[in-house]
Amino acid sequence: MSYFKPTTNPAPARYDLLARHEEAETIQARRDIVREPYVGNDLSAVSVGDRIAAVVENPAPLWWYIAVSIAGGLASFTMIGILYLIVTGVGVWGENKSANWAWDITNFVFWIGIGHAGTMIAAILYLTRQRWASGINRAAEAMTIFAVMCAAVFPGVHVGRVWFAWYMAPIPNGNAIWPNFRSPLLWDVFAVNTYLGVSIMFWYVGLIPDAATMRDRIKNKILKYFYAVICLGWRGSARQWINYEFCYLMLAGIATLLVITTCTVVSSDFSTSVIPGWHGTIFIPYFGVGAIYGGFCMLIILLVPIRQLYKLDDLVTLRHIDMCCRFTLLMALLITYIYGMEFFIAYYGGNSNEFYHFFENRMWGPYWHTWQLMMFFNCVVPQLFWSKKVRRSPWLAMTIVIFPSIGMWLERFIIIVCSIHRDYLPSSWGMFYPTWIDIMTFAGTFGIFFLMYLLFIRFLPVIAISEVRGVLPEANPHDPPVVAAEKNGARHE
Amino acid sequence: MSNLVCSVGSGQMPKKLYAVAAEFDGPKSLYAAAEKIRDRGIKGWDCYSPYYIHGLDKAMGLGKSFVGLFTFFGGLSGLVGGFLLVTITSQYVYQMDTQGKPFFSLPGFVPILDLLLIMPSAIFSIVGLVVLSGLPRLHHPLWDWDAFTRATHDKFFIVIEANDPRFNEKASIDLLKEIGGTNLTYIGDEE
Repeated sequence: MSYFKPTTNPAPARYDLLARHEEAETIQARRDIVREPYVGNDLSAVSVGDRIAAVVENPAPLWWYIAVSIAGGLASFTMIGILYLIVTGVGVWGENKSANWAWDITNFVFWIGIGHAGTMIAAILYLTRQRWASGINRAAEAMTIFAVMCAAVFPGVHVGRVWFAWYMAPIPNGNAIWPNFRSPLLWDVFAVNTYLGVSIMFWYVGLIPDAATMRDRIKNKILKYFYAVICLGWRGSARQWINYEFCYLMLAGIATLLVITTCTVVSSDFSTSVIPGWHGTIFIPYFGVGAIYGGFCMLIILLVPIRQLYKLDDLVTLRHIDMCCRFTLLMALLITYIYGMEFFIAYYGGNSNEFYHFFENRMWGPYWHTWQLMMFFNCVVPQLFWSKKVRRSPWLAMTIVIFPSIGMWLERFIIIVCSIHRDYLPSSWGMFYPTWIDIMTFAGTFGIFFLMYLLFIRFLPVIAISEVRGVLPEANPHDPPVVAAEKNGARHE
Repeated sequence: MSNLVCSVGSGQMPKKLYAVAAEFDGPKSLYAAAEKIRDRGIKGWDCYSPYYIHGLDKAMGLGKSFVGLFTFFGGLSGLVGGFLLVTITSQYVYQMDTQGKPFFSLPGFVPILDLLLIMPSAIFSIVGLVVLSGLPRLHHPLWDWDAFTRATHDKFFIVIEANDPRFNEKASIDLLKEIGGTNLTYIGDEE
């Protein structure tokens, strides 16, 4: 076997030459890629902290008080709607036989979907080392939590007699009956609660170092105490940082698993049934894509005013808006494919009920206008994002994504009401019309969402200070090869 | 017992020394200094920075974090506990006949088991972070040092603690001076 033995001395001089040549090529290649920086205007670590903390430290601007009053007023609509429902009964909504799920579950799926994009940005982009996302992940995670809170309103209330909602918990009820763990509706309870819990934990861990930064900066005594409590006595020692980074990595992995599980479970509410329009295996990717689509739209709607009003445009740069728009476009294309695939399966599957549902009821039935609006908003309007100019005009991008946001709500309405208002028995066919309580309760959830969000940007750093500082070039203790090679040319330094 | 912080060379010295500390102005100088302290074999010291510095754990000679173990055992306990919960209740405590489906049906339990795996693993990860990082803390001797409030903002610190039996106050100060530390300070108690 000595024949195959490698030579012990592989001509060191030539090897060295080759390596050096490759290194020079790599340096040249890296120099050729002009990457947009993560933070605009060459901000230093100090000014990153100053800019973000200024949002909390400066007195609240007038618009903030106006926005809080409007959002608070709107939020009371949900409270009134729910109170009226509890004292009267679930009949105050427009539900009937056979449309026994309508706006309640539409709103639930709509809000939970918005939540998914936040986790997607914070967790999946973190795991895939997309470091640009550090500028927007805090805002996105906060969006997740508040959206899931809005979502949780509806399944909690739609049971009708809300004082029996605890029957859904995994404990025996008054008659010693345990819940049915094989039911998709019980999976839903577990999924939403777990999602809310883990999102809050993920968000909170991200907040710990920033709360310590705020504790050391802020002058206000009460707020100082508040930050000192929530940062748990964080000191920023290297031994703490390695545990922190590892914990964040673990939570990102857990949250990724959870996003997929929650989409799966929410879509199983529908796809495990035998109703045409619901009974599809495509529902799991369908709900995942739809959720991320709606969430990115909502994130753009939130980020554009925040970056302008608080002058954070060096931290949430045009590149961030551009990236969000690209994701929106990708999701629009995916959802167009899925809409098409639903119709194809209805045709190719050969089930006459499915065929009737898609090609007659959904396209030309009484809700044809909703379906056409949805197709236009979700599939056609975002095609504007192919243009770089549009993606880099924040206010225009924000105006555009309002349409798919509405479109995503219409999609859930189509899936739910359009599928069940005409079931297998034509004698029980009917129509669903929302009542004013339906409309009030839904409108109010926007108030709750924006009220929570306004309070969040007032009292907590809206951008992850320590994470953005960590991706700055000055935070790198090693000389990157390009910079080392260019020390004389001084392009990067 | 009151705390005393005084800079080196001021003539004052705390009776009970907690640590000697020095300030550094950037991640690069902190990194280089950390490597030198590691090579001296000093125990009971730490670097403080406003953000995570990539590779500093290696420069300090620290091992991998144990938070992953907490995550794993948290998830395992959730999975086992969840399995027992759904199996015992569905099979033995209250058999609910829904459309003739089996009482013990593993495919039907998967979503619940998955979620009961996720929740405790997330909780235990945070417990791991808190326990391993020595949190929560209401007070720490370093917080008596005014300059240290900038450890979460723009300054970098190396603190050599006095609890190492081989700790030598003079040698530590010389070392911190030699590796480029400024604003050298004693931190400790007055009595």
